[in-house]
Amino acid sequence: MQSTAHAFKDNARHALADGNLQQSLAMLKVGFSERRRQAVERLPEFEALRDRARDIKDHALANLDFYLEAFEARVTALGGQVHWAPDAADARRIILDICRRAGAKTVTKSKSMIAEEVALNEHLEANGIEPVETDLGEYIIQLRHEPPSHIIAPAVHLTKDQVADTFFEHHRKLGFNRRLTERNDLVAEARQVLRRRFQEADVGITGANFLIAETGSSVLVTNEGNADLTNTLPRVHVVIASIEKVIPTLEDAATLLRVLARSATGQEWSSYTTFNTGPRRADDPDGPVEYHVVLLDNGRSNVLGTEMQAMLRCIRCGACMNHCPVYGAIGGHAYGWVYPGPIGAVLTPQLVGVEEAGNLPNASTFCGRCESVCPVRIPLPGLMRHWREREFERRLTPAAVRQGLALWAFLARRPWLYRLATGLANRMLALLGRGEGRYRWLPLAGAWTRYRDFPAPQPGGTFHAQWRARGGARQ
Amino acid sequence: MTARAQMLDAIRRASKRGPLAGEARTALEDRLRQHRTNIVPERTAGSQEDRIRQFERWATFNQASVACISAKEVPAAVTDYLAANNLPARAVMAPDSALDRYDWTSRGMLELRRGLPQDADRVAITGALAGVAETGTLVFVSGPEHPTSLNLLPETHIVILRERDVVGPLEDVFARLRARYGEGAMPRTVNTVTGPSRTGDIEQQLELGAHGPRRMHILLVGD
Ligand code: SF4
Repeated sequence: MQSTAHAFKDNARHALADGNLQQSLAMLKVGFSERRRQAVERLPEFEALRDRARDIKDHALANLDFYLEAFEARVTALGGQVHWAPDAADARRIILDICRRAGAKTVTKSKSMIAEEVALNEHLEANGIEPVETDLGEYIIQLRHEPPSHIIAPAVHLTKDQVADTFFEHHRKLGFNRRLTERNDLVAEARQVLRRRFQEADVGITGANFLIAETGSSVLVTNEGNADLTNTLPRVHVVIASIEKVIPTLEDAATLLRVLARSATGQEWSSYTTFNTGPRRADDPDGPVEYHVVLLDNGRSNVLGTEMQAMLRCIRCGACMNHCPVYGAIGGHAYGWVYPGPIGAVLTPQLVGVEEAGNLPNASTFCGRCESVCPVRIPLPGLMRHWREREFERRLTPAAVRQGLALWAFLARRPWLYRLATGLANRMLALLGRGEGRYRWLPLAGAWTRYRDFPAPQPGGTFHAQWRARGGARQ
Repeated sequence: MTARAQMLDAIRRASKRGPLAGEARTALEDRLRQHRTNIVPERTAGSQEDRIRQFERWATFNQASVACISAKEVPAAVTDYLAANNLPARAVMAPDSALDRYDWTSRGMLELRRGLPQDADRVAITGALAGVAETGTLVFVSGPEHPTSLNLLPETHIVILRERDVVGPLEDVFARLRARYGEGAMPRTVNTVTGPSRTGDIEQQLELGAHGPRRMHILLVGD
């Protein structure tokens, strides 16, 4: 997918003015966040499980080559094939080849962020193969030619009415002539339409939430069951997964799944959690005859061993965006690439470059809610701060900000001058704001005062002056 | 250099080491072989009777329905359930020999076919490898006796689970899988299913029956 992260500020401005989007975002707080809170309350071991989940991922990342090779050996022993894709173009080529060899006309897909990352659908379409998204949310946005706006709820930005319009427009040619208004009717119609697509598909493509080195299994989590239809009905099953998805054992998967389901949707266990291991066995009555796993690096190995490595622990639960005030205000599309919210602000500069995505880590109030809910305890604000520093070092920050910071640094290193300057400024501001207690407009702060008032200083002087007056200063 | 070598090499360079060897490697091989249990939630501690109640509680919490019955009540429980839900007395049943212990002929009007589901099949009847008390989850393994598509295609899924197959946490399922298939081995697919299929993709409101079954009914059979 083509990044528009550079246009973040404009994207955000449009998002704030989009009534449908704002209506949808208002439901986030009562939905995901509240359900997560209740699920956490039901499980006293939750915090201990988070620690363990973090440690498992750290251990796997420290020994990634070993676990990937072990995983590959198991898959191969069962007659499956593992393909190694250093970057996005490799992954696209490998998957297109598999589809061509299978003579595929249509492929069903179960939502995969990695497939979005490598822009797989566009590539298949350009080569005459029709990809059909089967996760309901992903199906809706595919019809609308939109990218996902959330990593687990791709159509969370849409209202029911928008979905109704989309189905009415696209399903008419299939013989559905009524514009539906009820949610359950919309779901039932999509079920009918997609059931046919499942049955005619030649290849099924899924992501993986985890890869298990011990058994060579790929783990898939859904609530709809669409991933299972995708990996059971077609003749060929292709799994596309990034390298950091591998973990050692089934027991490790159990720990991670316990925190994943609760963090993502507040469920005790997702409706369908499936362990797929190799192609159909000789006496199996159904299942794919070919089983492929495509392992994608695409810039991830560059992060290993650096202070940014923690971002690779991410299990894509979406909790950080569900709890983020910035995401809650502007939604996912404004972030301009595959991964929105706090994890997007950390991953995107890594995967598409600081030049392109330097604005994303600035879109944070550093309130820390993301870190406080992340099931694998990724220090998201710390990682965003890291990107801000890189952006500053590489002189990508606007001149006015750099000059302002330089001036502040100059003063802050000279305490007497700092006191003089703040004392003066304080008195000036007090004069300007006399009577009202706030300013509607301030020189050099137009961007702030355009949207809100700036509070006038309280009487009594600067903090320094008050501190000294109370006898606090001992120099 | 092959893509594989290139990727492994990149990982090792970033990790500032070569391929793992000697003790470091043995330690990881042991970790895989021993597959130690991590943290298991307390909630499944207790007697088998407690676990059965726990299973029932969580399965119901997740929108499945549960009926606790004896083995000889099974066929009648199926026909009663179908009638109560206005479904025809017809179903496709897994070719699972464990299901032969129930006296299906006792319900003459119940029409059963064994094998793969077809488009017209509205009801599937299967067994289960286990029921997980921790979350009310059912475990299905693929194989000649249990086509995976039976768990997915028909709108109603009736699952016959024996009380002795109710286990505590998910880790107990892994133990059963290893006992049945061997260390490090798995069947083609292991489905862990909790309640009927659902989606929250339209305005985050729960709707049942997205792609898989709309209804899941569990017959919990006493021994
Ligand atoms: S960063 Fe943490 S909270 Fe955000 S999606 Fe990843 S695992 Fe979930």
